[in-house]
Amino acid sequence: MTPGTLLEVSGLGKRFGGFVALESIELTVAENERVGLIGPNGSGKSTLVNCMCGTLRHEMGTVRFAGRLLDGLSAHERTRLGLARSFQLPRPFNTLSLADNLRVPLLYSGRHGGQPIDARCMELLHMVGLADKSDRLPRDLTQIEMRKLELARAMAADPRLLIADEAMAGLSHGEVDDILSLLIRLNGQGVTVILIEHIMRAVMHFSQRLVVLVAGRKIADGNPTDVVRAPDVVRAYLGE
Amino acid sequence: MNGTKFALLLMLTGAATFGAAWLIGNAYVFFAGYVVLQYIALATAWNVLGGYTGYVNFGTAAFFALGAYTTVVLHKLTALPIPIMMLVGGLVSGVVGLGTGYLTLRLRGAFFSIATLALAVVVQTLITNWNFVGGSRGAYIVRPPTAPLLGIDYIQYLFLIMLLLVVLVLATARAIERSRLGYGFATIRDDEVAAEASGVPTLRLKLLATTMSGAFMGMAGAPLPYYVTYLDPASGFSLAYAVNGVAMPLVGGTSSWLGPVIGAILLGTLQQVATVTISSALNLLIVGLMLVAFVIVAPNGILGLLQDARERFRRPFAGRSQA
Repeated sequence: MTPGTLLEVSGLGKRFGGFVALESIELTVAENERVGLIGPNGSGKSTLVNCMCGTLRHEMGTVRFAGRLLDGLSAHERTRLGLARSFQLPRPFNTLSLADNLRVPLLYSGRHGGQPIDARCMELLHMVGLADKSDRLPRDLTQIEMRKLELARAMAADPRLLIADEAMAGLSHGEVDDILSLLIRLNGQGVTVILIEHIMRAVMHFSQRLVVLVAGRKIADGNPTDVVRAPDVVRAYLGE
Repeated sequence: MNGTKFALLLMLTGAATFGAAWLIGNAYVFFAGYVVLQYIALATAWNVLGGYTGYVNFGTAAFFALGAYTTVVLHKLTALPIPIMMLVGGLVSGVVGLGTGYLTLRLRGAFFSIATLALAVVVQTLITNWNFVGGSRGAYIVRPPTAPLLGIDYIQYLFLIMLLLVVLVLATARAIERSRLGYGFATIRDDEVAAEASGVPTLRLKLLATTMSGAFMGMAGAPLPYYVTYLDPASGFSLAYAVNGVAMPLVGGTSSWLGPVIGAILLGTLQQVATVTISSALNLLIVGLMLVAFVIVAPNGILGLLQDARERFRRPFAGRSQA
Protein backbone atom coordinates (compact mmCIF):
# COMPACT_ATOMS: atom_id res chain seq x y z
CA MET A 1 0.00 0.00 0.00
CA THR A 2 1.53 3.29 -1.06
CA PRO A 3 1.67 6.02 1.56
CA GLY A 4 -1.30 8.37 1.46
CA THR A 5 -3.64 5.61 0.31
CA LEU A 6 -6.69 5.30 2.54
CA LEU A 7 -8.72 2.65 0.75
CA GLU A 8 -7.44 -0.09 -1.47
CA VAL A 9 -9.77 -2.56 -3.15
CA SER A 10 -8.05 -5.25 -5.15
CA GLY A 11 -9.43 -8.10 -7.22
CA LEU A 12 -12.81 -7.79 -5.58
CA GLY A 13 -15.46 -10.15 -6.92
CA LYS A 14 -19.02 -10.80 -5.83
CA ARG A 15 -21.56 -13.29 -7.16
CA PHE A 16 -25.23 -13.74 -6.41
CA GLY A 17 -25.78 -17.35 -7.42
CA GLY A 18 -24.79 -17.51 -11.08
CA PHE A 19 -24.94 -13.76 -11.54
CA VAL A 20 -21.61 -11.97 -11.43
CA ALA A 21 -22.32 -8.65 -9.75
CA LEU A 22 -18.72 -7.48 -9.48
CA GLU A 23 -15.63 -8.80 -11.22
CA SER A 24 -12.03 -8.08 -10.22
CA ILE A 25 -12.56 -4.52 -9.14
CA GLU A 26 -9.41 -2.50 -8.48
CA LEU A 27 -9.85 0.79 -6.73
CA THR A 28 -7.61 2.97 -4.62
CA VAL A 29 -8.64 6.13 -2.88
CA ALA A 30 -6.07 8.52 -1.46
CA GLU A 31 -6.35 10.26 1.88
CA ASN A 32 -8.59 13.34 1.61
CA GLU A 33 -9.57 12.64 -2.01
CA ARG A 34 -13.00 13.28 -3.52
CA VAL A 35 -13.94 10.41 -5.78
CA GLY A 36 -17.09 10.14 -7.87
CA LEU A 37 -18.47 6.69 -8.68
CA ILE A 38 -20.94 6.44 -11.53
CA GLY A 39 -22.49 3.74 -13.64
CA PRO A 40 -25.85 2.77 -15.11
CA ASN A 41 -28.49 1.22 -12.85
CA GLY A 42 -27.56 -2.29 -11.84
CA SER A 43 -23.89 -1.82 -12.63
CA GLY A 44 -22.85 -2.83 -9.12
CA LYS A 45 -22.19 0.49 -7.41
CA SER A 46 -24.19 -0.24 -4.30
CA THR A 47 -22.96 -3.83 -4.22
CA LEU A 48 -19.41 -2.50 -4.20
CA VAL A 49 -20.26 -0.18 -1.32
CA ASN A 50 -21.92 -3.06 0.53
CA CYS A 51 -18.80 -5.21 0.07
CA MET A 52 -16.46 -2.46 1.21
CA CYS A 53 -18.58 -1.69 4.26
CA GLY A 54 -19.14 -5.29 5.30
CA THR A 55 -22.90 -5.34 4.69
CA LEU A 56 -22.25 -8.05 2.08
CA ARG A 57 -19.47 -10.63 2.08
CA HIS A 58 -17.48 -10.85 -1.16
CA GLU A 59 -15.99 -14.12 -2.40
CA MET A 60 -12.86 -12.81 -4.06
CA GLY A 61 -10.34 -10.08 -3.49
CA THR A 62 -9.45 -7.88 -0.57
CA VAL A 63 -10.34 -4.51 0.88
CA ARG A 64 -7.75 -2.57 2.85
CA PHE A 65 -8.59 0.50 4.81
CA ALA A 66 -5.98 2.70 6.46
CA GLY A 67 -3.43 -0.07 6.02
CA ARG A 68 -5.67 -2.69 7.60
CA LEU A 69 -7.14 -5.73 5.92
CA LEU A 70 -10.90 -5.59 6.42
CA ASP A 71 -11.69 -9.19 5.46
CA GLY A 72 -13.77 -10.89 8.11
CA LEU A 73 -14.56 -7.69 9.95
CA SER A 74 -18.25 -7.07 10.46
CA ALA A 75 -19.93 -3.87 9.34
CA HIS A 76 -19.92 -2.28 12.79
CA GLU A 77 -16.19 -2.93 13.21
CA ARG A 78 -15.53 -1.17 9.91
CA THR A 79 -17.66 1.77 11.01
CA ARG A 80 -15.57 1.98 14.15
CA LEU A 81 -12.41 2.09 12.05
CA GLY A 82 -13.81 5.16 10.32
CA LEU A 83 -15.56 3.79 7.24
CA ALA A 84 -19.09 5.20 7.20
CA ARG A 85 -21.75 5.11 4.55
CA SER A 86 -25.23 6.40 3.86
CA PHE A 87 -27.82 4.14 2.26
CA GLN A 88 -29.28 4.66 -1.16
CA LEU A 89 -32.78 4.18 0.20
CA PRO A 90 -32.86 5.94 3.57
CA ARG A 91 -33.00 3.50 6.47
CA PRO A 92 -33.80 5.64 9.49
CA PHE A 93 -34.45 4.17 12.95
CA ASN A 94 -38.20 4.67 12.78
CA THR A 95 -39.03 4.57 16.48
CA LEU A 96 -36.30 7.01 17.48
CA SER A 97 -36.45 10.80 17.22
CA LEU A 98 -34.14 12.52 14.75
CA ALA A 99 -31.77 13.52 17.52
CA ASP A 100 -31.70 9.94 18.81
CA ASN A 101 -31.08 8.65 15.28
CA LEU A 102 -27.81 10.57 15.36
CA ARG A 103 -27.15 9.66 18.98
CA VAL A 104 -26.72 5.98 18.02
CA PRO A 105 -23.53 6.39 15.95
CA LEU A 106 -22.24 8.90 18.48
CA LEU A 107 -22.72 6.33 21.24
CA TYR A 108 -21.52 3.30 19.29
CA SER A 109 -18.93 4.27 16.73
CA GLY A 110 -16.41 4.95 19.47
CA ARG A 111 -15.07 7.80 17.37
CA HIS A 112 -16.79 10.55 19.23
CA GLY A 113 -14.52 13.02 21.02
CA GLY A 114 -15.19 14.69 24.32
CA GLN A 115 -17.99 16.93 23.07
CA PRO A 116 -21.36 16.47 24.81
CA ILE A 117 -23.53 14.14 22.72
CA ASP A 118 -26.67 16.29 22.83
CA ALA A 119 -24.78 19.29 21.50
CA ARG A 120 -23.20 17.24 18.72
CA CYS A 121 -26.63 15.84 17.68
CA MET A 122 -28.00 19.37 17.36
CA GLU A 123 -24.92 20.56 15.51
CA LEU A 124 -25.31 17.79 12.95
CA LEU A 125 -29.03 18.46 12.57
CA HIS A 126 -28.25 22.16 12.04
CA MET A 127 -25.76 21.21 9.37
CA VAL A 128 -28.43 19.44 7.32
CA GLY A 129 -31.19 21.90 8.20
CA LEU A 130 -33.28 19.61 10.39
CA ALA A 131 -32.61 21.23 13.76
CA ASP A 132 -36.21 22.37 14.27
CA LYS A 133 -37.43 18.79 13.94
CA SER A 134 -35.01 17.20 16.40
CA ASP A 135 -37.73 15.61 18.53
CA ARG A 136 -39.84 14.39 15.62
CA LEU A 137 -39.91 10.85 14.29
CA PRO A 138 -38.57 9.95 10.84
CA ARG A 139 -42.12 9.24 9.62
CA ASP A 140 -42.81 12.99 9.85
CA LEU A 141 -40.07 13.73 7.31
CA THR A 142 -40.28 14.12 3.57
CA GLN A 143 -38.18 11.83 1.38
CA ILE A 144 -35.67 14.64 0.88
CA GLU A 145 -35.37 15.31 4.59
CA MET A 146 -34.83 11.61 5.13
CA ARG A 147 -31.87 11.71 2.75
CA LYS A 148 -30.42 14.54 4.77
CA LEU A 149 -30.96 12.59 7.98
CA GLU A 150 -29.28 9.59 6.37
CA LEU A 151 -26.25 11.70 5.52
CA ALA A 152 -26.14 13.30 8.96
CA ARG A 153 -26.18 9.86 10.58
CA ALA A 154 -23.23 8.74 8.47
CA MET A 155 -21.37 11.90 9.44
CA ALA A 156 -22.18 11.34 13.11
CA ALA A 157 -19.91 8.30 13.04
CA ASP A 158 -17.07 10.80 12.49
CA PRO A 159 -15.66 8.88 9.50
CA ARG A 160 -12.29 9.09 7.83
CA LEU A 161 -13.98 7.87 4.65
CA LEU A 162 -17.59 8.73 3.93
CA ILE A 163 -19.42 6.91 1.17
CA ALA A 164 -22.52 8.81 0.11
CA ASP A 165 -24.72 6.43 -1.87
CA GLU A 166 -27.02 8.60 -3.99
CA ALA A 167 -27.56 11.12 -1.26
CA MET A 168 -29.01 13.63 -3.72
CA ALA A 169 -31.54 11.65 -5.75
CA GLY A 170 -34.79 13.57 -5.95
CA LEU A 171 -33.40 16.75 -4.51
CA SER A 172 -33.98 20.15 -6.08
CA HIS A 173 -31.24 22.17 -7.73
CA GLY A 174 -30.69 24.30 -4.64
CA GLU A 175 -30.74 21.32 -2.30
CA VAL A 176 -28.19 19.48 -4.40
CA ASP A 177 -25.94 22.53 -4.06
CA ASP A 178 -26.50 22.51 -0.27
CA ILE A 179 -25.50 18.88 0.06
CA LEU A 180 -22.54 19.38 -2.28
CA SER A 181 -21.17 22.29 -0.30
CA LEU A 182 -21.71 20.25 2.85
CA LEU A 183 -19.68 17.37 1.44
CA ILE A 184 -16.97 19.68 0.15
CA ARG A 185 -16.77 21.38 3.54
CA LEU A 186 -16.47 17.99 5.18
CA ASN A 187 -13.73 17.11 2.74
CA GLY A 188 -12.00 20.34 3.67
CA GLN A 189 -11.96 19.10 7.26
CA GLY A 190 -10.00 16.06 6.16
CA VAL A 191 -12.71 13.51 5.40
CA THR A 192 -12.22 11.44 2.27
CA VAL A 193 -15.47 11.17 0.30
CA ILE A 194 -16.73 8.71 -2.29
CA LEU A 195 -19.83 10.07 -4.00
CA ILE A 196 -22.15 7.74 -5.86
CA GLU A 197 -24.52 9.82 -7.91
CA HIS A 198 -26.55 10.00 -11.08
CA ILE A 199 -26.77 13.80 -11.19
CA MET A 200 -23.86 14.50 -13.50
CA ARG A 201 -23.72 18.20 -12.66
CA ALA A 202 -23.08 17.29 -9.03
CA VAL A 203 -20.62 14.53 -9.84
CA MET A 204 -18.58 16.69 -12.20
CA HIS A 205 -18.52 19.59 -9.78
CA PHE A 206 -17.56 17.43 -6.84
CA SER A 207 -15.16 14.79 -8.09
CA GLN A 208 -11.42 15.12 -8.38
CA ARG A 209 -11.44 11.69 -9.91
CA LEU A 210 -14.19 9.71 -11.55
CA VAL A 211 -14.64 5.93 -11.56
CA VAL A 212 -17.13 4.23 -13.87
CA LEU A 213 -18.67 0.81 -13.28
CA VAL A 214 -20.54 -0.99 -16.00
CA ALA A 215 -22.01 -4.47 -15.54
CA GLY A 216 -19.80 -5.21 -12.56
CA ARG A 217 -16.53 -4.11 -14.16
CA LYS A 218 -14.55 -0.93 -13.79
CA ILE A 219 -14.26 0.55 -17.26
CA ALA A 220 -12.76 3.94 -16.49
CA ASP A 221 -10.88 5.69 -13.71
CA GLY A 222 -9.30 9.12 -13.96
CA ASN A 223 -9.79 12.80 -14.53
CA PRO A 224 -13.58 13.45 -14.67
CA THR A 225 -13.56 15.49 -17.90
CA ASP A 226 -11.49 12.85 -19.67
CA VAL A 227 -13.50 9.96 -18.29
CA VAL A 228 -16.87 11.23 -19.47
CA ARG A 229 -15.47 11.57 -22.99
CA ALA A 230 -13.93 8.13 -23.04
CA PRO A 231 -15.51 6.03 -25.83
CA ASP A 232 -16.26 3.10 -23.50
CA VAL A 233 -18.14 5.32 -21.08
CA VAL A 234 -20.12 7.06 -23.79
CA ARG A 235 -21.03 3.67 -25.27
CA ALA A 236 -22.16 2.35 -21.88
CA TYR A 237 -24.44 5.29 -21.27
CA LEU A 238 -25.70 6.11 -24.76
CA GLY A 239 -25.22 2.87 -26.67
CA GLU A 240 -23.51 2.69 -30.01
CA MET B 1 -35.09 10.26 38.25
CA ASN B 2 -31.90 8.24 38.37
CA GLY B 3 -31.62 4.49 38.67
CA THR B 4 -30.98 4.32 42.41
CA LYS B 5 -33.93 6.56 43.22
CA PHE B 6 -36.13 4.52 40.91
CA ALA B 7 -35.04 1.27 42.57
CA LEU B 8 -35.79 2.78 45.98
CA LEU B 9 -39.20 3.90 44.79
CA LEU B 10 -39.86 0.41 43.42
CA MET B 11 -38.90 -1.11 46.76
CA LEU B 12 -41.20 1.28 48.59
CA THR B 13 -44.01 0.36 46.19
CA GLY B 14 -43.17 -3.28 46.79
CA ALA B 15 -43.23 -2.83 50.57
CA ALA B 16 -46.54 -1.00 50.28
CA THR B 17 -47.93 -3.84 48.14
CA PHE B 18 -46.83 -6.41 50.71
CA GLY B 19 -48.23 -4.27 53.53
CA ALA B 20 -51.54 -3.84 51.74
CA ALA B 21 -51.81 -7.59 51.11
CA TRP B 22 -51.02 -8.17 54.78
CA LEU B 23 -53.69 -5.69 55.90
CA ILE B 24 -56.37 -7.34 53.80
CA GLY B 25 -55.56 -10.36 55.91
CA ASN B 26 -56.86 -12.92 53.45
CA ALA B 27 -54.43 -15.73 52.59
CA TYR B 28 -55.88 -15.92 49.10
CA VAL B 29 -54.64 -12.40 48.33
CA PHE B 30 -51.07 -13.66 48.62
CA PHE B 31 -51.92 -16.77 46.64
CA ALA B 32 -53.43 -14.81 43.73
CA GLY B 33 -50.99 -11.91 44.09
CA TYR B 34 -48.07 -14.27 43.57
CA VAL B 35 -49.40 -15.18 40.14
CA VAL B 36 -49.83 -11.54 39.14
CA LEU B 37 -46.29 -10.73 40.32
CA GLN B 38 -44.94 -13.73 38.46
CA TYR B 39 -46.60 -12.42 35.32
CA ILE B 40 -45.11 -8.95 35.80
CA ALA B 41 -41.66 -10.53 35.93
CA LEU B 42 -42.43 -12.79 32.97
CA ALA B 43 -43.94 -10.05 30.82
CA THR B 44 -41.06 -7.67 31.56
CA ALA B 45 -38.54 -10.41 30.76
CA TRP B 46 -40.33 -11.07 27.47
CA ASN B 47 -40.31 -7.37 26.70
CA VAL B 48 -36.52 -7.11 27.05
CA LEU B 49 -36.26 -9.22 23.92
CA GLY B 50 -39.66 -8.77 22.26
CA GLY B 51 -40.28 -5.11 22.98
CA TYR B 52 -36.81 -3.60 22.97
CA THR B 53 -35.19 -5.58 20.15
CA GLY B 54 -38.39 -6.64 18.36
CA TYR B 55 -37.73 -10.40 18.43
CA VAL B 56 -41.05 -12.05 19.27
CA ASN B 57 -40.50 -15.06 21.51
CA PHE B 58 -43.26 -17.70 21.61
CA GLY B 59 -41.18 -19.99 23.79
CA THR B 60 -41.70 -18.21 27.10
CA ALA B 61 -43.03 -21.43 28.62
CA ALA B 62 -39.75 -23.25 27.87
CA PHE B 63 -37.56 -20.73 29.71
CA PHE B 64 -40.06 -20.47 32.54
CA ALA B 65 -40.39 -24.23 32.94
CA LEU B 66 -36.63 -24.74 32.76
CA GLY B 67 -36.35 -22.49 35.81
CA ALA B 68 -39.05 -24.49 37.54
CA TYR B 69 -37.50 -27.85 36.68
CA THR B 70 -34.07 -26.65 37.79
CA THR B 71 -35.68 -26.16 41.19
CA VAL B 72 -37.13 -29.67 41.06
CA VAL B 73 -33.67 -31.09 40.36
CA LEU B 74 -32.04 -29.04 43.09
CA HIS B 75 -34.81 -29.97 45.51
CA LYS B 76 -34.15 -33.64 44.90
CA LEU B 77 -30.39 -33.27 45.23
CA THR B 78 -29.90 -30.77 48.03
CA ALA B 79 -31.77 -28.37 50.23
CA LEU B 80 -31.01 -24.87 49.06
CA PRO B 81 -32.81 -21.63 49.92
CA ILE B 82 -35.21 -20.53 47.19
CA PRO B 83 -33.29 -17.36 46.23
CA ILE B 84 -30.25 -19.52 45.41
CA MET B 85 -32.42 -21.85 43.37
CA MET B 86 -33.73 -18.84 41.48
CA LEU B 87 -30.20 -17.81 40.62
CA VAL B 88 -29.41 -21.32 39.35
CA GLY B 89 -32.70 -21.45 37.42
CA GLY B 90 -31.89 -18.07 35.92
CA LEU B 91 -28.45 -19.33 34.95
CA VAL B 92 -29.85 -22.42 33.22
CA SER B 93 -32.49 -20.48 31.30
CA GLY B 94 -29.99 -17.75 30.51
CA VAL B 95 -27.62 -20.27 28.95
CA VAL B 96 -30.49 -21.75 26.95
CA GLY B 97 -31.41 -18.21 25.91
CA LEU B 98 -27.85 -17.63 24.73
CA GLY B 99 -27.93 -20.91 22.79
CA THR B 100 -31.27 -20.03 21.23
CA GLY B 101 -29.84 -16.69 20.18
CA TYR B 102 -26.85 -18.36 18.56
CA LEU B 103 -28.89 -20.98 16.74
CA THR B 104 -31.39 -18.46 15.39
CA LEU B 105 -28.84 -15.85 14.27
CA ARG B 106 -30.14 -15.66 10.74
CA LEU B 107 -33.80 -15.86 11.63
CA ARG B 108 -35.88 -12.73 11.73
CA GLY B 109 -39.53 -11.92 12.20
CA ALA B 110 -41.96 -14.82 12.12
CA PHE B 111 -39.15 -17.34 11.51
CA PHE B 112 -37.51 -16.50 14.82
CA SER B 113 -40.87 -16.87 16.54
CA ILE B 114 -41.46 -20.28 14.98
CA ALA B 115 -38.02 -21.40 16.13
CA THR B 116 -38.77 -20.40 19.71
CA LEU B 117 -42.06 -22.28 19.52
CA ALA B 118 -40.12 -25.33 18.35
CA LEU B 119 -37.71 -24.88 21.26
CA ALA B 120 -40.62 -25.05 23.69
CA VAL B 121 -41.78 -28.34 22.15
CA VAL B 122 -38.28 -29.82 22.23
CA VAL B 123 -37.63 -28.87 25.85
CA GLN B 124 -41.04 -30.14 26.93
CA THR B 125 -40.40 -33.47 25.19
CA LEU B 126 -37.05 -33.81 26.93
CA ILE B 127 -38.50 -33.06 30.36
CA THR B 128 -41.46 -35.38 29.78
CA ASN B 129 -39.03 -38.20 29.11
CA TRP B 130 -36.67 -37.46 31.99
CA ASN B 131 -37.55 -39.84 34.78
CA PHE B 132 -35.46 -38.11 37.44
CA VAL B 133 -37.79 -35.09 37.49
CA GLY B 134 -40.87 -37.28 37.36
CA GLY B 135 -41.35 -37.51 33.61
CA SER B 136 -44.94 -37.15 32.55
CA ARG B 137 -46.10 -38.20 36.05
CA GLY B 138 -44.80 -34.97 37.48
CA ALA B 139 -42.91 -34.23 40.66
CA TYR B 140 -44.12 -33.54 44.19
CA ILE B 141 -42.49 -30.91 46.32
CA VAL B 142 -43.26 -30.95 50.00
CA ARG B 143 -42.89 -27.44 51.28
CA PRO B 144 -42.60 -26.50 54.96
CA PRO B 145 -45.59 -24.63 56.42
CA THR B 146 -43.52 -21.60 57.37
CA ALA B 147 -40.59 -19.90 55.75
CA PRO B 148 -37.02 -20.21 57.05
CA LEU B 149 -35.65 -17.29 59.10
CA LEU B 150 -38.71 -15.05 58.65
CA GLY B 151 -41.17 -17.49 60.17
CA ILE B 152 -44.03 -16.22 58.00
CA ASP B 153 -46.49 -18.36 56.07
CA TYR B 154 -44.79 -20.04 53.11
CA ILE B 155 -47.06 -18.52 50.46
CA GLN B 156 -46.35 -15.10 51.93
CA TYR B 157 -42.66 -15.90 51.71
CA LEU B 158 -42.99 -16.84 48.04
CA PHE B 159 -44.99 -13.68 47.43
CA LEU B 160 -42.20 -11.66 49.03
CA ILE B 161 -39.51 -13.35 46.92
CA MET B 162 -41.45 -12.79 43.73
CA LEU B 163 -41.93 -9.16 44.74
CA LEU B 164 -38.17 -8.77 45.09
CA LEU B 165 -37.64 -10.37 41.68
CA VAL B 166 -40.14 -7.92 40.18
CA VAL B 167 -38.19 -5.02 41.71
CA LEU B 168 -34.95 -6.41 40.27
CA VAL B 169 -36.40 -7.07 36.81
CA LEU B 170 -38.13 -3.70 36.56
CA ALA B 171 -35.07 -1.78 37.76
CA THR B 172 -32.99 -3.61 35.14
CA ALA B 173 -35.52 -3.04 32.36
CA ARG B 174 -35.73 0.66 33.07
CA ALA B 175 -31.97 0.99 33.33
CA ILE B 176 -31.63 -0.65 29.90
CA GLU B 177 -34.15 1.74 28.38
CA ARG B 178 -32.21 4.80 29.36
CA SER B 179 -28.78 3.50 28.51
CA ARG B 180 -26.56 3.10 25.51
CA LEU B 181 -27.72 -0.52 25.47
CA GLY B 182 -31.34 0.62 25.15
CA TYR B 183 -30.54 2.67 22.06
CA GLY B 184 -28.67 -0.30 20.63
CA PHE B 185 -31.66 -2.60 21.23
CA ALA B 186 -33.99 -0.07 19.59
CA THR B 187 -31.85 0.07 16.45
CA ILE B 188 -31.99 -3.74 16.19
CA ARG B 189 -35.78 -3.48 16.31
CA ASP B 190 -35.83 -0.75 13.65
CA ASP B 191 -33.17 -1.78 11.13
CA GLU B 192 -30.28 -4.16 11.77
CA VAL B 193 -28.33 -3.25 8.65
CA ALA B 194 -28.47 0.45 9.45
CA ALA B 195 -27.59 -0.36 13.05
CA GLU B 196 -24.42 -2.16 11.97
CA ALA B 197 -23.53 0.77 9.73
CA SER B 198 -23.85 3.03 12.76
CA GLY B 199 -21.38 0.93 14.71
CA VAL B 200 -23.85 -1.14 16.75
CA PRO B 201 -22.60 -4.71 17.35
CA THR B 202 -26.01 -6.20 16.60
CA LEU B 203 -25.05 -9.83 17.12
CA ARG B 204 -23.58 -9.25 20.58
CA LEU B 205 -26.55 -7.14 21.68
CA LYS B 206 -29.04 -9.68 20.35
CA LEU B 207 -27.34 -12.45 22.32
CA LEU B 208 -27.32 -10.24 25.40
CA ALA B 209 -31.06 -9.69 24.98
CA THR B 210 -31.90 -13.39 24.51
CA THR B 211 -29.72 -14.31 27.49
CA MET B 212 -31.15 -11.66 29.81
CA SER B 213 -34.71 -12.33 28.77
CA GLY B 214 -34.28 -16.08 29.21
CA ALA B 215 -32.56 -15.68 32.57
CA PHE B 216 -35.33 -13.53 34.01
CA MET B 217 -37.96 -15.99 32.78
CA GLY B 218 -36.07 -18.83 34.45
CA MET B 219 -35.87 -16.86 37.68
CA ALA B 220 -39.61 -16.21 37.53
CA GLY B 221 -40.25 -19.93 37.09
CA ALA B 222 -37.89 -21.21 39.77
CA PRO B 223 -40.19 -20.81 42.81
CA LEU B 224 -43.14 -22.39 40.94
CA PRO B 225 -42.69 -25.97 42.25
CA TYR B 226 -42.89 -24.67 45.82
CA TYR B 227 -45.96 -22.65 44.97
CA VAL B 228 -47.93 -25.43 43.28
CA THR B 229 -46.24 -28.30 45.24
CA TYR B 230 -46.90 -30.59 42.29
CA LEU B 231 -45.33 -29.88 38.91
CA ASP B 232 -45.91 -31.84 35.71
CA PRO B 233 -44.79 -30.92 32.19
CA ALA B 234 -48.33 -30.04 31.09
CA SER B 235 -48.66 -27.32 33.71
CA GLY B 236 -45.03 -26.14 33.67
CA PHE B 237 -45.08 -25.74 29.89
CA SER B 238 -48.65 -24.49 29.88
CA LEU B 239 -49.76 -22.51 26.87
CA ALA B 240 -50.88 -19.83 29.31
CA TYR B 241 -47.29 -18.71 29.91
CA ALA B 242 -46.47 -18.32 26.24
CA VAL B 243 -49.74 -16.55 25.46
CA ASN B 244 -49.60 -14.28 28.50
CA GLY B 245 -45.93 -13.55 27.92
CA VAL B 246 -46.79 -12.12 24.52
CA ALA B 247 -50.21 -10.65 25.33
CA MET B 248 -49.35 -8.74 28.48
CA PRO B 249 -46.60 -6.56 26.98
CA LEU B 250 -48.62 -6.02 23.81
CA VAL B 251 -51.73 -4.98 25.71
CA GLY B 252 -49.77 -2.72 28.04
CA GLY B 253 -47.39 -1.35 25.43
CA THR B 254 -43.91 -2.56 24.54
CA SER B 255 -42.14 0.78 24.30
CA SER B 256 -41.44 1.19 28.02
CA TRP B 257 -40.95 -0.88 31.18
CA LEU B 258 -44.35 0.33 32.39
CA GLY B 259 -46.24 -1.37 29.55
CA PRO B 260 -45.71 -5.00 30.62
CA VAL B 261 -46.48 -4.00 34.22
CA ILE B 262 -49.81 -2.49 33.22
CA GLY B 263 -50.59 -5.45 30.97
CA ALA B 264 -49.63 -8.03 33.58
CA ILE B 265 -51.61 -6.37 36.37
CA LEU B 266 -54.63 -5.93 34.13
CA LEU B 267 -54.69 -9.36 32.48
CA GLY B 268 -53.24 -11.19 35.50
CA THR B 269 -55.84 -9.77 37.87
CA LEU B 270 -58.64 -10.31 35.38
CA GLN B 271 -57.66 -13.95 35.03
CA GLN B 272 -57.46 -14.47 38.77
CA VAL B 273 -60.89 -12.89 39.23
CA ALA B 274 -62.33 -14.92 36.36
CA THR B 275 -60.86 -18.13 37.79
CA VAL B 276 -62.67 -17.61 41.07
CA THR B 277 -65.92 -16.11 39.84
CA ILE B 278 -66.59 -17.69 36.45
CA SER B 279 -64.40 -20.61 35.48
CA SER B 280 -60.74 -21.46 35.36
CA ALA B 281 -61.08 -22.50 31.71
CA LEU B 282 -62.13 -19.03 30.66
CA ASN B 283 -58.73 -17.46 31.40
CA LEU B 284 -57.12 -17.79 28.03
CA LEU B 285 -60.29 -16.82 26.21
CA ILE B 286 -60.19 -13.47 28.00
CA VAL B 287 -56.52 -13.00 27.13
CA GLY B 288 -57.12 -13.96 23.51
CA LEU B 289 -60.04 -11.57 23.11
CA MET B 290 -58.10 -8.73 24.73
CA LEU B 291 -55.12 -9.41 22.50
CA VAL B 292 -57.23 -9.36 19.34
CA ALA B 293 -59.03 -6.21 20.49
CA PHE B 294 -55.78 -4.41 21.24
CA VAL B 295 -54.05 -5.43 18.05
CA ILE B 296 -56.98 -3.95 16.11
CA VAL B 297 -57.82 -0.88 18.20
CA ALA B 298 -54.57 0.03 19.92
CA PRO B 299 -51.55 -1.68 18.32
CA ASN B 300 -49.23 0.24 20.63
CA GLY B 301 -51.06 -0.91 23.74
CA ILE B 302 -52.39 1.15 26.60
CA LEU B 303 -49.20 3.22 26.73
CA GLY B 304 -49.62 4.04 23.04
CA LEU B 305 -53.20 5.20 23.68
CA LEU B 306 -51.99 7.44 26.50
CA GLN B 307 -49.20 8.86 24.37
CA ASP B 308 -51.58 9.64 21.51
CA ALA B 309 -53.94 11.37 23.91
CA ARG B 310 -51.09 13.46 25.33
CA GLU B 311 -49.88 14.34 21.87
CA ARG B 312 -53.34 15.52 20.85
CA PHE B 313 -53.57 17.58 24.01
CA ARG B 314 -50.23 19.26 23.38
CA ARG B 315 -50.65 19.85 19.67
CA PRO B 316 -54.40 19.90 19.07
CA PHE B 317 -54.10 21.00 15.45
CA ALA B 318 -51.27 18.75 14.33
CA GLY B 319 -52.99 16.21 12.09
CA ARG B 320 -51.84 12.64 12.24
CA SER B 321 -52.33 12.26 8.51
CA GLN B 322 -48.70 13.11 7.75
CA ALA B 323 -47.71 9.70 9.05
